[in-house]
Amino acid sequence: MKCPLLEVHSVTKRFPGVMALRRVSLTLYPGEVLAVVGENGAGKSTLMKILAGVQEPDSGTIRVDGEPVRIGSCRAATALGISLIHQELNLAGNLDVGANIFLGREPRRMGWISKKKIHDQSKSVLKRVGLDVCPGTLVDTLSIGQQQRVEIAKALSANARVLIMDEPTSSLSSGETDALFKVVKDLRGKGVSIVYISHRLGEVKELADRVTVLRDGQNAGDLARDEINHDSLVRLMVGRELSQFFARSKQTPGLPTLEVRNLITPAHPGHALNFCIRAGEIVGMAGLVGAGRTELLRVLFGMDRALSGSILVDGKPVSPRNPMEAISAGIALVPEDRKQQGLILEMAVRENLTLPGLEKNKRAAGVLNRAWELLDAKQLIAQLRIKTPNCEQAAQYLSGGNQQKIVVGKWLAMNPRVFLLDEPTRGVDIGARQEIYKLMESLAAKGIAILFASSDMEEVLGMSDRAFVMHEGRITGELTHDELSEEAVMRLATGGHKLVLN
Amino acid sequence: MKKIIGISALLVFICLVTWLKAPNFATAYNIQNVVRWSSLFGIVSIGVSFVIITGGIDLSIGSVIGLTGCLLPYLLVQSGFSVPAAIVAVLAVSLLIGLIHGLLITKLRLQPFVVTLCGLLIYRGFIRWLTDDRTQGFGTSYDGVRVMAIGKLSIGSIGIPMPFVILVFVAILAAFFLNNTIYGRYLLAIGRNEEAARYSGINTDRMKIIAYVICALLSGLGGILFALDVNSVQPSGQGNFYELYAIAAAVLGGCSLRGGEGSILGVIIGATVMRVLYNSINIMGLPTQLEFAIIGLVILAGVIADELIRRYAAGRRAIQAAAQLKSDAAPAASPALTKAEPAK
Repeated sequence: MKCPLLEVHSVTKRFPGVMALRRVSLTLYPGEVLAVVGENGAGKSTLMKILAGVQEPDSGTIRVDGEPVRIGSCRAATALGISLIHQELNLAGNLDVGANIFLGREPRRMGWISKKKIHDQSKSVLKRVGLDVCPGTLVDTLSIGQQQRVEIAKALSANARVLIMDEPTSSLSSGETDALFKVVKDLRGKGVSIVYISHRLGEVKELADRVTVLRDGQNAGDLARDEINHDSLVRLMVGRELSQFFARSKQTPGLPTLEVRNLITPAHPGHALNFCIRAGEIVGMAGLVGAGRTELLRVLFGMDRALSGSILVDGKPVSPRNPMEAISAGIALVPEDRKQQGLILEMAVRENLTLPGLEKNKRAAGVLNRAWELLDAKQLIAQLRIKTPNCEQAAQYLSGGNQQKIVVGKWLAMNPRVFLLDEPTRGVDIGARQEIYKLMESLAAKGIAILFASSDMEEVLGMSDRAFVMHEGRITGELTHDELSEEAVMRLATGGHKLVLN
Repeated sequence: MKKIIGISALLVFICLVTWLKAPNFATAYNIQNVVRWSSLFGIVSIGVSFVIITGGIDLSIGSVIGLTGCLLPYLLVQSGFSVPAAIVAVLAVSLLIGLIHGLLITKLRLQPFVVTLCGLLIYRGFIRWLTDDRTQGFGTSYDGVRVMAIGKLSIGSIGIPMPFVILVFVAILAAFFLNNTIYGRYLLAIGRNEEAARYSGINTDRMKIIAYVICALLSGLGGILFALDVNSVQPSGQGNFYELYAIAAAVLGGCSLRGGEGSILGVIIGATVMRVLYNSINIMGLPTQLEFAIIGLVILAGVIADELIRRYAAGRRAIQAAAQLKSDAAPAASPALTKAEPAK
C-alpha cells in the first residue's frame, strides 16, 4: 500500500448554530480521484475550505506526507501543494491568461516582470490541461469551461499535488464536461491527486477511484471503486433506501394557463417563441447553458421587456414591465441564483418568506401586518419542513436545500397561477430535492401551470409531463412524456444534430 | 439594540468627562444649546440614514442646507413672499432636489456618489450667484417664525428648545416608517440585496427615490431651522461639511455604509455625540484647531470598538450554538419551531 499523501483525522468545525463537521476523517493517496459526496449541508464545502486554508478546524489533525501540518492560510495550502478550484471561478477577467496563471508569483527578471517567462511557462502548463489558447488572451473572452481549465493550469504551475474541485461541472455544457473529465483522468495518470466534490452521481461513477460520503457533518462511509453505484451512494448519502428518484404519473391537464405567442426576447431577437402550458402541467425546459431559457423566464417575469409578442395568463393578455406586474398577473419565479436573486441572506427566514406578500397583506397606510407575517412564516416553515432553529434565523445559516425551500415557499402566499423555476435544484441535496419535486407536484395538482428550466437531465426526464428544448434562442422541439429520452433531448439541445453518446 | 447601548455609553462617558473637567457644561444655558444644535443635526442625520440604509449616499446635504437657508430669507425679504408661501416653496425645492437625485440614480443608473457630489457643487454655486454672495438674514421682523428654531416649549420650569420638539416629531414618524411599515422593510431589503428585492416584486426604483426625497426634505427642513437659528446666513459657508457630520452621525448610530442596517434612535444619539464633542472641546478650552481631529478620532474609536464587540459576540454565539448542539445530541425529526434563541 502506498503511503497516503493527505490525511485528515477527526476534524471538527463549529459555526454559529451549526456543527459543520464532527470528527471527520479522509485519506487521499497519490494519483487517485477521491470523490467526496453528500447532501448539501453535509459539510463538504467546509472540509474543503479547511484543506485550502480558508478556515481553520476547531480540533483534529491534518497530515501531508505523514507530517502533521497547520494550514493557516491559502498561501500555506499552496506551499503544501494543495489547490482549491472554486465552484465560482476566481480569475481576474480583465487580465490575460498568463497573468492569471502567475498572479502573485510573477517570474522576475532584474525586478521586472518577465513577460517572456510567463508566456513560455503558461504555454506548457496550458498544454497539460488541454487548452489551446494563447497566454495573451483576455480571460473574459474565454468560455466558463476554458476559464476553469485556466484555474487548473494555475494550480499546476504552482506545483499542486492535490487538486480540490468543488462542483466543477455545475455550469459546464456537456462538451466542456467531457473535456474536463479528460483533463482529470490525464492528471491522475501523472500522479496528481484529485478531491472531486459533486452532486452528480453519474460523474462520480465515471471518475472516482474511491468515494467518501459525508452526512450531517460526519463520515457516513467509504466506497471502493467496485462498490460505487447509484443505490449504494444514495443509501449512504440519505441514510435510507430510495426506490425511485421521481414518481411522476401521467396527468390530464386542464385549460391553457400560460400562453406565449410570437414572443421575441431581447437576448435572441431573431427567434419568436410559441408555447402553451395548461393548468396542472409540469413542463420542463431543457437546453445547454446560453440557450436562452433564463432570458425567456426573465421576460415572462417582467425583469426584461419583450420586443414583441404576447403573453396570456388564463386567457388574459399581460405584458409585465416589471416583476410587480408579473406577480399581480399570477406569475411567480424561482430564479437561477439563489443567493444573489432568491434570498436576502442576512434577513431572517420570516422576512424572506413574507417579502412578496407584505404588500397584499398590509394594514392601512402601509403598516406591517405582523400577526399575518408570523403566522405565514410559521405555516410555511412547517409545511415545507424548512430546517431552521426558529423563524428569526438569518437565511444565510441554512443549508442550500432549505434556502431553496424558502425561495419556492415565499410565493405560496401569493397564490400564483404560473410557477416558473430556473434550475430549481441546483446545489440542492437529494433529500431537499425530493421535497422540492413533491412541492412542484402538489402545486400542479392544485391547477398551477409549472414551467421549469433545468440542466439536470434526470430531472427533466423524471419531472416533466412534457418538455421543450431550446437551442440558441429558439425552441427546437417539443417532446411528450412518452417521447422523452436523453438522446432525444440532447439531439434537440445541440440544434438538431445527432449527438454521439459515449 | 446593542449598538444603541454602546453609543449611549459613549455619550454618557463624554458628558461625564466634560462635566468633571468643566462644571459649567451642566448649566441650563449650555445644555439647552447643546440640545438645540443636536436636534438640528439629528433631523438632518435621520434624513441621510434613509439613503444610507438603501446602500446609497448623499453628499449634497450641506449645500441643500445652504440653499434652503439662504432661499428662505431671500424669498421673505427680497421677493416679499408670505411666511407660509416661502416655507412651502423652500420645502418644494428640497423635494424637487431629492426627486431629481432619485431619478438620476434609479432611471439613469448613475452612481449616488457622483450625482450628489455634483449636487453639492451645483446648489452651492447657484445660491451664491442668486444672492450675489451677500449674507442673508431675517432682520427683526420675523421673530414669530424664528421661534421654531430659538424658541422654547416651557413645561414647568424646564424650557425645551423647539428644535428638540420638532426632532421628536420627525423621529417618531421616521422610526415608525422604518420599523412598522412595509416600506421600511423594503428599504432594508434593498440595502441588503437590491437584486433579490426586485425579484421579490419590490418596486426598488420607487423606494430608492423615496429615500432620496426624504433625505432632501429633511435637509431642507434642517436648512430652514439652521437659518432661523443663526439669522445671518452666508451663502458661501452655511452648511459646509454638514453632510459629513450627518453621515458620521449615521455611521456612529449603527448604519452600515453597505446598506441594510440602521436605527433612528441610534442615529439621533450619534448626532448628539458629535455635538457634545464639539461643545466639550470648546468648553474645556481645548484648542479649537484640533476640533476635526478629535471628532475624527472619537468616531474611529467608536467604530473600531463596535467591530471588536461584534466579532467577540459572533465568537461567543458560535460557542453557545455548539454547546447547544452537543446538549441535544439526538435532534428530533423537525427542529423547526423549537425554542427561539435571541437573534440579535
